[in-house]
Amino acid sequence: MTDTGTRIPAVRTRAASPGAAAVRPSARERGTRLLAALFLAPTVVGIVVFTVVPIVGSVVLSLFHWNVIDAPGFAGTANYREIFSDSTVLVSFRNTLVFMVFAVAAQLLIALGLALTLNGRMPAWLRSVFRSAFFFPLVLSAASISVVMKYLFNQDFGVVNWLIGLFGLAPVPWLTSEHGAMATVVIVYVWQQFGFSFLLFVGGLNNIPKEIHEAAALDGATGLRKHLAVTLPLLSPTLLVASVVGIINALQVFEQPYVLTDGGPGDSTRTVVMVIYEKAFEQLRFGEASAVGVLLFVLIMAVTALQFRLSRRFVHYQ
Amino acid sequence: MSQPTLTLSRARHSLGPWARIAGLTVCALLTLGPVVWTVSTSLRTPAESFELPPQIIPVHPSTAAYHGVFEQIDVWLLALNSTLVTALVALGQMVTAGLAGYAFARLDFRFKKPLFGLVLATMMVPLQVTIVPVFLVLKSTGLTDTLLGLIVPAFPTAFGTFLMRQYFLGMPKDLGEAAMLDGAGPWRIFRSVYAPLARPGLAIVGVLAFNYHWNEFFRPLILETSGQNYTLPLGLVSLQGNLGTGSISVVLAGVVLSMIPAVAVFVVGQRPLREGITSAGVNR
Repeated sequence: MTDTGTRIPAVRTRAASPGAAAVRPSARERGTRLLAALFLAPTVVGIVVFTVVPIVGSVVLSLFHWNVIDAPGFAGTANYREIFSDSTVLVSFRNTLVFMVFAVAAQLLIALGLALTLNGRMPAWLRSVFRSAFFFPLVLSAASISVVMKYLFNQDFGVVNWLIGLFGLAPVPWLTSEHGAMATVVIVYVWQQFGFSFLLFVGGLNNIPKEIHEAAALDGATGLRKHLAVTLPLLSPTLLVASVVGIINALQVFEQPYVLTDGGPGDSTRTVVMVIYEKAFEQLRFGEASAVGVLLFVLIMAVTALQFRLSRRFVHYQ
Repeated sequence: MSQPTLTLSRARHSLGPWARIAGLTVCALLTLGPVVWTVSTSLRTPAESFELPPQIIPVHPSTAAYHGVFEQIDVWLLALNSTLVTALVALGQMVTAGLAGYAFARLDFRFKKPLFGLVLATMMVPLQVTIVPVFLVLKSTGLTDTLLGLIVPAFPTAFGTFLMRQYFLGMPKDLGEAAMLDGAGPWRIFRSVYAPLARPGLAIVGVLAFNYHWNEFFRPLILETSGQNYTLPLGLVSLQGNLGTGSISVVLAGVVLSMIPAVAVFVVGQRPLREGITSAGVNR
């Protein structure tokens, strides 16, 4: 309704401008609307068919028992009750949260440390070499890299245990013990993902005006103190974005545990998305899989909302 | 910064430039180490590939592993499938995002705000939450286990649309108004004035789509069940599964081959890639 109100003055100003009188406003307006409809159709139809309808579909499916072969039967909340008493599902949520905490913390700390260090004085070419190196892993396939890492972290012939052996340490059962497996999944994930936060921080640091650093230096703030008192508050909007995106991505981890450990040993590295995959496409329990998906979605929304709420106190916009 | 009186206190608190560069070098080596190891081990003979210590430059370089990987899996077919999917998705996303982004930025129509809000909202939705219904939709249309089923659902891109809208909004409005005064219609204004200026923005959308879909694993794993429709990451993971720990260098040779296009894009398209990755974070 209000759209009509705002559109008419826009057309009038155009018609009033010299030379535009030759074009009939209504014809031009109709042309514009037709063009807009044509331009939007692929994206809007696509998003409705492949995202909006499936979200609703997931919620509806989560209320039904369905294995594709037999006719679906209404289940009410049975799927939710089922997954809340399924120890594998519960463990997968715990694993995913544990993974998320360690992976995001490590990712942010490493990326922040490297971005701050890179911000110091050094030749421009060296800076761009380092920058390229740190985000290179991002262009590789998480699945293929996990195949590589599975060899590197092998307890008996892996290079990682050979390296720590050089320091006189005993071989670590990376993939064959519960804690080792989780640690390996975190390391492999962080190795590939820290470049993303790193690029965000490099961009954020570039946006801080030089004068602020100079003023801080004149006031005697240097080194670590300058970073804590001046740089970090100015970087806080970037920190918020990096942590929100980092958490959303980490809650969806799949490739690394699927290839490295297949969720094991036991269920120790089974993640929520692995459970969705297994329930739907290995056990054909589409209703339960959808219920887990809906819960994951709610979890992601809740964590994100919480983060924005907390950030109001800590984020400083210039 | 360059106040001479401050140098002393700064030296005490911050790392010297050499310590800083040394630290960054160690981190860069740790980052690139697994990739270097992959390349060098793929050039060892399958029999030697288990041996420690690892060799950066193989003592007995051999291409046996590369011959091996071509014997074990149909590398050409996997590469063809991956190329088809990636190229068509990248092209499709450039078209859909370019058109929709332009409409949202420069055309007046009803329900513009709620439609754009809908597009933005779907950026938050994880793929894994929608995959079961998407699979069922594709199954009912006979598109599971086809490359088309992998390609078409990936055409609409909420993030690409958002990026292109920003891109068109950044262009001067006067250009279009001048063309309108010359009697150009809405299509002409898009085609002759704004579309040619949108190339760098489209490059970002294309490079991001390439990077994502060349490496994509989750959707192909679910949608493609017969080997003839596998893409490279799927083929490599199943190669490793088949060989167990039998022959590292053969699997690694496959990994190296699959990396080549991604590395090429990294070298040629590093700027759009970096801009895209950064805006992917900033805009969410």
